[in-house]
Amino acid sequence: MNIALFLEMAADAQGDRVAFKDALTGESISFGGLYKAAQAKSQVLHESGASHCVLVDTSNLTIPVTLFACGWAGIPYVPINYRLTAEEIDALIDRVKPAFVVTDTEHRQAWADRDELVVHDRQSFREVHAKSTDVAHWSMEPEDVAVVLFTSGTTGAPKAAIMRHRHLVSYTLMMDFNSADDDEAALVTVPPYHIAGIAAILTSVYQCRRVVQLATFEPGNWLKVARDEDITSTFVVPTMLARIVESLEGQRSANLPHLRSISYGGGKMPLNVIRRAMDLFPDTEFTNAYGLTETSSTITVLGPEEHRTALASEDPKTQKRLTSVGLPVPGIEIAIRDDEGKAVPINLHGEIFVRGEQVSGEYEGIGSRVDSDGWFPTRDAGFVDEDGYLFLDGRADDVIVRGGENLSPGEIEDVLREHESVRDAAVVGMPSEEWGEAVAAAIEVSRDVTVEALQSWVKEHMRSSRVPEQIQFWDELPYNETGKLLRRVVKEAFAKPS
Amino acid sequence: MASLATGQRLKSAVCTTEIMVISAPNGDLELTCGGAPMAAEATNDGGSVSPSFANGTTIGKRYVTEDGSLELLCVKPGDGSLAVNGTELKIKESKKLPKTD
Repeated sequence: MNIALFLEMAADAQGDRVAFKDALTGESISFGGLYKAAQAKSQVLHESGASHCVLVDTSNLTIPVTLFACGWAGIPYVPINYRLTAEEIDALIDRVKPAFVVTDTEHRQAWADRDELVVHDRQSFREVHAKSTDVAHWSMEPEDVAVVLFTSGTTGAPKAAIMRHRHLVSYTLMMDFNSADDDEAALVTVPPYHIAGIAAILTSVYQCRRVVQLATFEPGNWLKVARDEDITSTFVVPTMLARIVESLEGQRSANLPHLRSISYGGGKMPLNVIRRAMDLFPDTEFTNAYGLTETSSTITVLGPEEHRTALASEDPKTQKRLTSVGLPVPGIEIAIRDDEGKAVPINLHGEIFVRGEQVSGEYEGIGSRVDSDGWFPTRDAGFVDEDGYLFLDGRADDVIVRGGENLSPGEIEDVLREHESVRDAAVVGMPSEEWGEAVAAAIEVSRDVTVEALQSWVKEHMRSSRVPEQIQFWDELPYNETGKLLRRVVKEAFAKPS
Repeated sequence: MASLATGQRLKSAVCTTEIMVISAPNGDLELTCGGAPMAAEATNDGGSVSPSFANGTTIGKRYVTEDGSLELLCVKPGDGSLAVNGTELKIKESKKLPKTD
């Protein structure tokens, strides 16, 4: 198994079709061209003697070339967040040396004289030739490492998650080969170092679907590119959709009739945002996809039909489906377990465990977290309802333990966000002499409201133990660039014992 | 007769078909294409596709045995059809998923 095989198949079936287009530069590459480029660069990588290939850049045409060249050469592909500080990037590169680095011009100059690094920018990587013109065959060994991804480290030091070819191949095979029509185009705005960015490359190539890359996200430009390129599908993280919706305020429709599907994931989607988005994109199907780096992206899906039914329904239980991440995809099993590892009954909260061929659950230097029966603990908390729909509470580590009772920050945030004056809410535990931990909330308001009014709002909708004892009003809640709430930042603000 | 390993790539001896093994049962079995055994390297000894195994293969289709224990992905198409121990493999129907990317 090797992800390079998918590119070979796409080049055979749709060699002349545009595979990737960079919306910023207007450049594009066909499936046939991508195959030839990956082949040539695989030889360059091979001759470099590097153990890993690091990529530090925004989306552009060299990204898919490098990914497939790595698979071909049998060298792990390591995309790193270009927004990290120089020191942070250095520390990560140190963990994968000797390395071949493809980056932007600035970083190339800074790293030019480092030991154990061969550094190229986009242009020089495009121009470099291998000494040998021999065509090497790629390995079909399923256990070979394809990708190493540093987790975002919202709670601690980044871990290096390992994905082997078998995990990514298994994930990609969920799709149908060459199933995209000629007119289909996916707009990809998630950054290259995000698992959704890697998954989008693999599944698009396998489906022979054109990808339009948009390196930086800004709602106005996103809408313009979606219109100009006749985009038919896209994936967004919740903060992107929130900003798109906000930029369309006062309008009846986004007026993007070609856009058949928007899928979203990578963080919690506020109900008001998804409701508003469904109004603004009346002809577009919405899909919620939940997944982790360690599971090669998507493991559960809430499909378009469930979105429509939930939105149209008067029944609270059906409406609630809109906050579910849906049902497991084929080949994936989900289980909810308590602190002792025992399965919990339906509708009861616990930690989400997942099993399936695409689950890697393995970190460099730490080893596999998958147990002997194949189950991986996600560290996400949640529950499954009577029909098998999965609901997320947030990270298991974020659960607030107040006087022995486990409280889910996500549920309290949902209630707060439904208040007409609340734009966004972040709920954390704060130290409490009386309870061990107590509920605290940071609120972004859209209009003035009192602490007391918000406390009574929560009390009207939830048990009194959920009512925040402290509420702070923030101008802006802290998110990282892929839309993950930086809960530790909020937690620090409430850290002093009251 | 040979045992098949997951991830292995095999070629037809009598047509252009190539497959990748997605999953395989333990033990030996006779995988043929166009009536001739498949192998890692093409052994073009001038044989031709047997008329009884000439339904062809389609790139990107997945081929399975009746019990589903063997699953192959066609990575290059050809004129022969795939069979195990003389029984032709079937195309596996795909499940339609909503777009997640």
